[in-house]
Amino acid sequence: MLCESCNKNPATVFVRRTVNGVTTEAHLCEECAKERSEWNIVVGPTLSFPDFSLGNLFASLLEQHPASAGVSIGGGMEPCSGCGLTYADFRQQGRLGCARCYTTFREPLQPLIRRLQGDVQHVGKVPRRHKGRARLRHNLDALRRRLKEAIAREAFEEAAQLRDQIKLAEDKLKEGQQ
Amino acid sequence: MLDPEQIFTRADSAWLNEGPDGDVVISTRIRLARNLADLPFPSRASDEELEQALVRLKSASEYLPEAKRYRLLEMGRLSPLEHQVLIEKHLVSREHVQNPKKRALVLRDDEAVSIMINEEDHERLQVLLPGLNLDQAWQLANRLDDSLERRLEYAFDDELGFLTCCPTNLGSGLRASVMLHLPALVLSKQANQVLGTLAQFGLVIRGLYGEGTQALGNFFQVSNQLTLNRSEEDLIHNLHALTSQVIDQERAARGRLYEELGDRLPDMVWRAYGILTNARLLSGGEAMQLLSNVRLGVNLNLLPPIKLAKLNRLLVITQPGFIQRVAGGSLQSSERDRKRASLVKEQLLTKNNHSEVE
Repeated sequence: MLCESCNKNPATVFVRRTVNGVTTEAHLCEECAKERSEWNIVVGPTLSFPDFSLGNLFASLLEQHPASAGVSIGGGMEPCSGCGLTYADFRQQGRLGCARCYTTFREPLQPLIRRLQGDVQHVGKVPRRHKGRARLRHNLDALRRRLKEAIAREAFEEAAQLRDQIKLAEDKLKEGQQ
Repeated sequence: MLDPEQIFTRADSAWLNEGPDGDVVISTRIRLARNLADLPFPSRASDEELEQALVRLKSASEYLPEAKRYRLLEMGRLSPLEHQVLIEKHLVSREHVQNPKKRALVLRDDEAVSIMINEEDHERLQVLLPGLNLDQAWQLANRLDDSLERRLEYAFDDELGFLTCCPTNLGSGLRASVMLHLPALVLSKQANQVLGTLAQFGLVIRGLYGEGTQALGNFFQVSNQLTLNRSEEDLIHNLHALTSQVIDQERAARGRLYEELGDRLPDMVWRAYGILTNARLLSGGEAMQLLSNVRLGVNLNLLPPIKLAKLNRLLVITQPGFIQRVAGGSLQSSERDRKRASLVKEQLLTKNNHSEVE
């Protein structure tokens, strides 16, 4: 259809205005819609998006959540040891600085990610090397626990064996990194 | 091997061909976001760290299947016009060329595969295919990701999945999107309702050039919003199922258009054809809208048959960066409009399907 204002160009914008409870609607072309900026442009076939900042959006999501209410704006939180990003930086930009940020800010991030994504459990693709490494790390943790117990029990022979196994597992993990 | 000059002067990317359901779906895109585990994300990285990421991704890309088909373009070595052409061809994002230093693109010769290095994440792998082609695009992206992953250690967490600079990409790091042409839904004023429904199913709707751009020429980009808690296959299946619904709705609306508009319909598409083949000055926005009408006219057999691939190519050829790069330098807006008009006329009136623009 043609623009209701100029009757020349095709109407690509749908506008609606409500004044004192009275709603008026019109189909306009882009130019006419621009000229009549007093209109509230609703998302029409020609989508127009307000230019909001992702950071602000995240900040409001964080504030709404009671779980993060105890966390003041960046206060009391160390910057990330991986990249120096502070929590205040993240709130402002909505972007993390490195992989370690997700550990550094895990607690306040959890409710945000839950709000953004629904739940926090990855079910998709896992990097191949991560599959093996995850198992190795798990074994290594178990071995270290057993070593502590053995030392506490003063079972030194067992401890020595465990130490050797730990060394082997650590080497394997390192190999995987190269 | 890809001649770099051709990238900027030819509009023959694979996605511009006519693909499955090409009457409604222009192209399908799969994007995977990945980061190296031990380097800060690009926004927090020093020049040396950016260089390290660049070197590692470059060398990993040299082992991709059919490695000979790829070429690395350093953003710092390209002109602003060339940056713009890459954006217009959907090969890089606007953000990627804002600060071109240490930013690069690994590009396959058919432009169906592109890897942005040091964009928001260290690696953004993209597969871009013509028509509705989600499964094939995902299979290719998955295979290339496997290949790269053999030589790179990605930032990954058991719960959060692939770690990305922005938490909205966490998990699979996957964004699947389809570019749709929905003129009949717009004309019959159903577009709002149909697209609004999609939003309720976790899909995002954008214009032709992504975030914040307008749906010029009735082109809409539909993609998944959520990236975590769902497998890649689920995300893709969901998008495919909903897209199929939209395709059906658009086709049904096209079938009813004649009833609704009567003679105004052939009048509209013939007018568009008439202007495009006769105008001496054409602005980008006008060209886009008229090409949209011509495309509708061709799909409804109201206009003489024009290959959809040719109309797709015109979407790129009429972009300001492309026009100026082909002309060999920046042009005044009125000069651009003159060139655009003559290019469109020439393309529409030649019977063959030359993609080259001289």
